[in-house]
Amino acid sequence: MTSPDIAIIGGGNAALCAAITAAEAGARVLILETAPKPYRGGNSRHTRNFRCMHHGPLGPLVDSYSEDEYLADLMKVTGGKTDEGLARLAIRTSEDCLPWMQDHGVRFQPSLSGTLSLARTNAFFLGGGKGLVNAYYRTAESLGVQVEYEAAVTHLELDGERVTRIDYTRNGETHSIAPKAVVVASGGFQADTDWLARAWGPAAKNFLIRGTPHNRGVVLADLLGQGVEQVGDPTQCHAVAIDGRAPKFDGGIVTRLDCVPFSIVVNKDAQRFYDEGEDVWPKRYAIWGRLVAAQPDQVGYAIIDAKASDLYMPSVFPPIMADTLEDLADKMGLPAAALVQTVHTFNAACGDTSGFHPTELDGVTTTGLTPPKTNWARPITEPPFYGYSLRTGVTFTYLGLKVDETAQCAIGNRPIANLWAAGETMAGSILGQGYLAGFGMTIGTVFGRIAGKEAAAHANAT
Amino acid sequence: MQMQPDLLQEARRQAEICNACRYCEGYCSVFPALHAERAFSDGNLTQLANLCHNCRGCYYACQYTAPHEFDLNLPQALANVRQDSWEELAFPRAAGKAFQQNGVLIAIATVIGFALLFWAARALAPASGEGFYAVLSHNAMVAIFLPAFLFPLVSIAISLRRYWRHIGAGPFRFAHLGEALRQAANMKNLKGGHGDGCNFEDEDRFTHARRAVHQAVMYGFLLCFASTSVATVMHYLFDSPAPYGLVSLPKLLGISGGLLLVVGCVEMIRLKLRSDRALGATGAFGGEIAFVGLLGFTGFSGLALYALGQTAVMPGLLAIHLGAVLAFFLLTPFTKMAHGFYRLTALTAEAGRAAGSG
Ligand SMILES: Cc1cc2nc3c(=O)[nH]c(=O)nc-3n(C[C@H](O)[C@H](O)[C@H](O)COP(=O)(O)OP(=O)(O)OC[C@H]3O[C@@H](n4cnc5c(N)ncnc54)[C@H](O)[C@@H]3O)c2cc1C
Ligand code: SF4
Ligand code: SF4
Repeated sequence: MTSPDIAIIGGGNAALCAAITAAEAGARVLILETAPKPYRGGNSRHTRNFRCMHHGPLGPLVDSYSEDEYLADLMKVTGGKTDEGLARLAIRTSEDCLPWMQDHGVRFQPSLSGTLSLARTNAFFLGGGKGLVNAYYRTAESLGVQVEYEAAVTHLELDGERVTRIDYTRNGETHSIAPKAVVVASGGFQADTDWLARAWGPAAKNFLIRGTPHNRGVVLADLLGQGVEQVGDPTQCHAVAIDGRAPKFDGGIVTRLDCVPFSIVVNKDAQRFYDEGEDVWPKRYAIWGRLVAAQPDQVGYAIIDAKASDLYMPSVFPPIMADTLEDLADKMGLPAAALVQTVHTFNAACGDTSGFHPTELDGVTTTGLTPPKTNWARPITEPPFYGYSLRTGVTFTYLGLKVDETAQCAIGNRPIANLWAAGETMAGSILGQGYLAGFGMTIGTVFGRIAGKEAAAHANAT
Repeated sequence: MQMQPDLLQEARRQAEICNACRYCEGYCSVFPALHAERAFSDGNLTQLANLCHNCRGCYYACQYTAPHEFDLNLPQALANVRQDSWEELAFPRAAGKAFQQNGVLIAIATVIGFALLFWAARALAPASGEGFYAVLSHNAMVAIFLPAFLFPLVSIAISLRRYWRHIGAGPFRFAHLGEALRQAANMKNLKGGHGDGCNFEDEDRFTHARRAVHQAVMYGFLLCFASTSVATVMHYLFDSPAPYGLVSLPKLLGISGGLLLVVGCVEMIRLKLRSDRALGATGAFGGEIAFVGLLGFTGFSGLALYALGQTAVMPGLLAIHLGAVLAFFLLTPFTKMAHGFYRLTALTAEAGRAAGSG
């Protein structure tokens, strides 16, 4: 087949931003997306918002959100493990992105109910990430971008400092193309649980993957194997505690559980292992993925009683319910006597609960209990009792391609003349650990557009 | 009343997933109402179903549509409950069941309407009279059409009362009805929350086609209705019976309305044929097309009557047109025509709910 000017590997947010930008610069662009059309868009199809700096009210965003405040928020969650230069670039450019997104079909809505705390910092997509992805595909196709679905890229041939060939399979056939420039936007490797297990140990086999089954890191492994510069801790991934009944892949946002602060969480031996009331839930959301991963069989159980059942966002699957703790333990496969004992001990350690306040750190704490519960500690006494199983749900991995401020990849400290990377696959260049809600889409949009522009400039010049 | 439990259960299953997700909150008035509940009663689901106007925005934006195991298809789940609710709430119920899903029956009823008129035309033939009234005396027309007009009104009133009880709505307030009318007048919800329209005839592309066509049908119908009303007033109050000249009010209203109605119905059928049927109510497609066809045909035969009113085909045309009108009115409580009434009621109840929750 005739090779396009630019091949873009992946079909999510970063890929689409690159494709649209390059096509608008006049390049002939081909998107190679490994997923079938109904599942196009990778993890981007699961997102809901993007975090955006702004000097005054902008689109759906109220008030203002400065570069320094944004950076400070980022530094807090990454514990300083951040490339400040690239982070500032992403933050500063985010303000331009919002109108650009609107111009290319994305529609925003006011913050969703239950997320009002984000009204100032995060712009929510109407219809979520799949709505965004659909709009971008429409726009890209109207600009003449070609899209091949079920096209799995297997290898990039590197000859010195250039990519000379891309191999991909489609319908069981192998194809090779030789575009002038290449953008890699194929996400992380979290869907390859063998790779996760090599990095994390065998426990990783029990993890659930919150997003697409297609981000298996094939291109990432291929490039790193050829000496392309890498960044990010290979053993790290972003993980949260989700409903244990979620599907292995693609469970997405609905599988999150918000009941933990009002519960006690026990392991399969019915023993508590961490302070459930340490902080308001959005802030603690991410650490419970790791906590559960460290328990036997990588599973936890959140137990609440009737008085807490309406205090959190509804769950996608109804909780297991029983009139006695013994029955609940039976239904959940927990040792009944041990669960009753744990709840008794917990209840006995609860004190004055009159200050209970579900949306604030209320200081309603246990005394003399290890581990303690330092907020929202009310005894679990009122039937019916409810339970949820919790498992570790992986969002993304940190290992990636190292890029510079033009999104260009490098080998042996020299830039690769025609290879750029955007989105999750290079996010490790900015974030070393931790995560700030909405920053993934910011990175993908900012660096996708940069990569598209640079790749088009290169293709147009050769 | 006894709605189909499997349809309700499927809608409930999907509503629970949406309630944990909320990504579609801004599309339409279904979602704010949905997010206000934690558990969904049959009445809740019926109300949600009647708030939905099948714009399909939430289907194409959903990350959980088949082949995903959650198999979300909220437009269809709600369409099925909606369809079922109209059948169950119809008065008389048996007629609702028979007609709602049955395009063929609608056609047959039309034919029966024709036959009745031909019969009436001959049996009650007036000794004297001019124009239309030479074929059918005015009194005979009134004797046939007044009950045909009153029956649907009574029937729909009974159904809406049942509906209001079933969904457990609070006290009725005119302010809420006003809000509902305002939304219906410009079909706010068909704009899709972002003003780009809805997804109907071309997968996830947003267009205003369906809204424009629906407006044409609605205003076309209202203009025709106004034409008849004005003619009635002229007949009784001003002693000025039909036929009317071309620049008379009844004709101006009737011709513009008829044109809008015909064009609207033809386009509506075209859009429906291009849309994905799996996102509408199962098995209701034929009935809907037949209904839109009947509506369009009523407008068309009326226009033909205006055009050919002075020729020899007039008696035949008149009988056909009046037959179509008769069928249309009588069937109103049992066809898609009823949706306008339910929708207005649902929007009124929702305005009440929203006002109540602050
Ligand atoms: C449930 C969930 C919710 C999230 N919510 C948010 C949020 O609200 N805001 C936010 O900012 N971030 C959120 N994130 C993170 C966000 O999804 C990512 O940061 C972002 O989508 C990354 O975009 P991307 O284009 O780099 O990758 P992706 O969107 O994952 O795209 C990768 C693409 O590459 C394709 N691909 C993979 N391998 C190959 C191959 N070998 N050949 C061809 N194609 C290949 C995949 O099919 C896919 O299309 C969320 C993540 C999850 C899982
Ligand atoms: S239709 Fe799908 S995307 Fe929309 S709210 Fe429901 S589950 Fe979420
Ligand atoms: S189809 Fe349209 S109106 Fe119906 S629930 Fe979905 S978005 Fe709302």
